[in-house]
Amino acid sequence: MNINLTLIGQSITFLFFVWFCHAFVWGYIRKAMEEREKQIADGLDAADRAGRDLELAQEKAAKQLREAKAEAASIIDAANKRANQIIDEAKESARTEGDRLKAAAQAEVEQEMNRAKEALRSQVAKLALAGAEKVLEASIDESVHKDMVDKLAAGL
Amino acid sequence: MAAESQSTVGYIQHHLTNLTYGKLPAGYERLDSEGHVHEVLAADTWTLAHSGQEAADMGFMAIHVDSMLWSIGLGFLFLLFFARIAKRAHSGIPRGAQNAVEMVIGFIDQTVKDGFHHKNAMIAPMALTIFMWIFLMNAMDLVPVDWIPQLAALISGDPHFYFKVVPTTDPNVTLGMGFTIFGLMVYFTIVKKGFMGFVKELTLHPFHHPKWYVNVFLVPINFALEAISWISKPISLGLRLFGNMYAGEMIFILIATMFGAGLILGLFAGVLQWAWAVFHILVITLQAFVFMVLTIVYMATAHQIEEEDQFH
Repeated sequence: MNINLTLIGQSITFLFFVWFCHAFVWGYIRKAMEEREKQIADGLDAADRAGRDLELAQEKAAKQLREAKAEAASIIDAANKRANQIIDEAKESARTEGDRLKAAAQAEVEQEMNRAKEALRSQVAKLALAGAEKVLEASIDESVHKDMVDKLAAGL
Repeated sequence: MAAESQSTVGYIQHHLTNLTYGKLPAGYERLDSEGHVHEVLAADTWTLAHSGQEAADMGFMAIHVDSMLWSIGLGFLFLLFFARIAKRAHSGIPRGAQNAVEMVIGFIDQTVKDGFHHKNAMIAPMALTIFMWIFLMNAMDLVPVDWIPQLAALISGDPHFYFKVVPTTDPNVTLGMGFTIFGLMVYFTIVKKGFMGFVKELTLHPFHHPKWYVNVFLVPINFALEAISWISKPISLGLRLFGNMYAGEMIFILIATMFGAGLILGLFAGVLQWAWAVFHILVITLQAFVFMVLTIVYMATAHQIEEEDQFH
């Protein structure tokens, strides 16, 4: 157990080894480790972000779905309203058309009736004249008494 | 037993002697194994010591070849392995050896970050070197005590060949590291706080008085206290590691002496050696860790500037 030059030898060796470790070992391995730590941190960050993005996308999709549903409902509503309106309009127009047709038919019927009356009246006049002729036997001059007979016929 | 002729005491002493290469002075009488004068040196001679006495007589001008060999060898084993991994280190999925190396480095990095809050890129590599190197040197303790020395004796052809394989049981090695760390502490203190800052730290602490004429009397007391506190750091650092490893090694050697004492005792010694080795796994790791943590703490103290402000 003598103290001798080994002490100094060990000292120099120690300093050399520390330098060697600093120059060729520590930096390289720490660099690799720090790079990996960063990669892992970045990866976790990205995963986090992706999760948040997914959540946002889901929210957006749900919102769009809700909007679409509301829109569809409003469209159906409007369509129903329009349909009712169309039906009402159709009813209205059918009624007026019916009324119009009825009025036209009545007018025609009246016209026909008038015409028939007219024809009947002229026939009656003729018949009356003929009857009267027969009764009077030429005592009546047609041209002289025509006005009177027409007046008579119109009075029928 | 190393050799049939050795007594238990001789065996233990043999195991505790380093392979020493050093300078014997002129006129030194070299003895052979029977104690007779074998040769008288004509001039200063650099040679391998043949006995513990010769190693001691070499004084400071000697070097423990086995300690240095194992310490440098294990250091290179650790550094070359780590450097090889570092060269191929990539930020992808780590596999196999890279995983293990990163685990160690991550652990050291965390420890350094917890204890050292200043900017110095050298501290973390130093902590890693200390931990791994001391751990490997301590781990040599787990190799059965006779294997490597016997192999060395076989290869060298000298049955009395000294060969200690655990460098941390050599106080030169542990104190060498301790004093290097002490030197670095002084260096970083001077770099960070200036030479006057260093002097102030030694003289105006812990007792301080605003009046200069009181301070004059406090300075010597402060200096004495601080000097002891500073010098005790490297010594305690080195001796703690040395003491633990030396004691552990000693117990392994004592257990090994029982192997020659019959079958029953031999088997008992085998169980003891196994149990002690299992316990020692804890000790070698813990000692490496303690050495590293204390180094970090000392370095942090050397970088601490705030403490100085209270004197202004």
